[in-house]
Amino acid sequence: MNQIAAMTDKLRNRFADAPPWVRWIGVAAVLGFAVYLPLLDIPGLNVIRTDYGGSGSDWPSVLFLVLIYMIVAVGLNIVVGLAGLLDLGYVGFYALGAYSVALFGSPASPVTVWIAEKFGLETGWAVPFALCIPIAIMLTIVSGVILGAPTLRLRGDYLAIVTMGFGEIIRITARNAESVTGGAAGVINVPKPPGPEIDGRDFFNTVDAERWYWLVLAVLLLAIVVARRLEHSRVGRAWMAIREDEEAAVIMGVAAFKFKIWAFAMGAALGGVAGLLYASKYTFVTPQTFVLNLSFLFVAMVVIGGAGNIWGALLGAFLITYLPERFRAFEDWRPFAFGVALVVIMVLRPQGLLPSRKKALEYKARQIEAEGIKA
Amino acid sequence: MTDVVLEVDHLTLRFGGVVALNDVNFQILKGEILGLIGPNGAGKTTCFNAMTGVYAPSDGDIRFNGQSVAGKQPHKITTMGIARTFQNIRLFPEMSALDNVMVGLDANHKTSVLGAIFRLARVKQTPENAADNPFLASVERVIGVSRHNHEERTGRTEAMRLLTFVGIADRARETARNLPYGYQRRLEIARALATDPQLLCLDEPAAGFNPAEKEGLMGLIRKIRDTGRTVLLIEHDMKLVMGVTDRIVVLEFGQKIAEGPPAEVARNPRVIAAYLGDPDAAA
Repeated sequence: MNQIAAMTDKLRNRFADAPPWVRWIGVAAVLGFAVYLPLLDIPGLNVIRTDYGGSGSDWPSVLFLVLIYMIVAVGLNIVVGLAGLLDLGYVGFYALGAYSVALFGSPASPVTVWIAEKFGLETGWAVPFALCIPIAIMLTIVSGVILGAPTLRLRGDYLAIVTMGFGEIIRITARNAESVTGGAAGVINVPKPPGPEIDGRDFFNTVDAERWYWLVLAVLLLAIVVARRLEHSRVGRAWMAIREDEEAAVIMGVAAFKFKIWAFAMGAALGGVAGLLYASKYTFVTPQTFVLNLSFLFVAMVVIGGAGNIWGALLGAFLITYLPERFRAFEDWRPFAFGVALVVIMVLRPQGLLPSRKKALEYKARQIEAEGIKA
Repeated sequence: MTDVVLEVDHLTLRFGGVVALNDVNFQILKGEILGLIGPNGAGKTTCFNAMTGVYAPSDGDIRFNGQSVAGKQPHKITTMGIARTFQNIRLFPEMSALDNVMVGLDANHKTSVLGAIFRLARVKQTPENAADNPFLASVERVIGVSRHNHEERTGRTEAMRLLTFVGIADRARETARNLPYGYQRRLEIARALATDPQLLCLDEPAAGFNPAEKEGLMGLIRKIRDTGRTVLLIEHDMKLVMGVTDRIVVLEFGQKIAEGPPAEVARNPRVIAAYLGDPDAAA
């Protein structure tokens, strides 16, 4: 384990020190591979497919889910990794994104029916998909601010408990407010992105998951660009300063409250977009999808990968989504093996698999110190 | 009459039944180095905390350039022009030395969240904010430099200048936690200077220093004053305080007991009693 870690660290340092054109080729190669991945069927390499051997889950669909959770992880990494705010109710934003496209975009939802009646529109009227995106983003940002404004005065464990409550409130409201959300049955006919018809089927349909995968890949790239731009700016520095020592940050002129609200809002927006895409592919939403467990998995993705580092969050999302799907054949042993794997990873590499490079140096320095004390 | 930068006016601070500061009055004049001394628990750091907005005064007022800072939010006071360091070092341990200073500089920067994402606001290209990459520089000559890039590039130069000023530029890229103790103390000063303060408050900057380091610190404090800033210094080390300050205010049990030039304060019997104990009272 330690040897693998040392090797990846070495590789990363070499990559960071390489000339720009080498790095660009590296990025292009990874991107090309990512685009090709759902079609991957090279003997020897195809063992990574989740349907290898015939009985597993649909490979492109699993990849789609991996990317959805990667967007979630990028968003949550802003809140937990950069700003250091432990949010255990992130699933609430994910659910809000899913529900906003369902409620406004589906002709079958109580909301669109009500609007159509109120304004005398024809039955079957719904908000077009393209317009649902800004609605979902707006709603999740507003909910992030509403949740943040009263709760961000709390710190650490207290904040975690309050946000956990928020996640549950969203789910329970969705289940009980039947006249608005459709209750436990949820909403069907969630709209899909428009596109040309191919072979008599819509471009985005429930069969050809690889098209969804490519769509989400594009959105994920956009999310990474946004997150990186924030991280390497005044805003990202303010978040990190708050994470390190909030009181000192305030004395140095950081408007901590404002930036914490922004962290919640940005994280919420990315979670909302992920939820929107998820609901759109599966064409229906129900409250049961957005259970509390999912929140814990989201946090686990960020922490296992290495909090504060985008690439770590992506790796964490990949492992936590992919591994259980790949090892579906083990049936009942799956959750047990998964749990053991998480514990082993955290014991052997507490800083996460891919910590930010600064943090990695940090842990190394502390290790040397500890050995010095022992000797 | 010289200008008054900061005026502490009948300042009283109570925590429940404890009176930490009782009716304290003093002024800090522009361009001076004022020492604030007193035995442990005299209320020096409390006084600092009231000035920088950590505590709101129970009574009385603190005016900075004639404007009251009482009850203002700490980050607003910082942008008004008061900066401080901490008695127990409080850097951002996992950020690089350079980024620590950048956070201080950001106090006067304007890039917002949307500005950082879209980078649309533009300023004119100047030699200070030009990109290193010649292709990018020629594009930006036409379309201008985004405010984000302008602030990042000029900020980085300024941060390096400040690190050089306090003498720790050689380890700018290291995380603050990994810096040696003396470097950390100096980094705190650089970070405070980055907010471009009129008044710099140093809370025991020489704690844990050896005589040679203290000597260096005295030089640095004088250098800071020579750049036109006013310095308020809390310090236990009498030699340092006597050597560098223009005037001294002495606190004991939350009250001001003396004020004046170092030589005069050192002869003041109440001050001597406060530090060494009063022989009559003891008897």
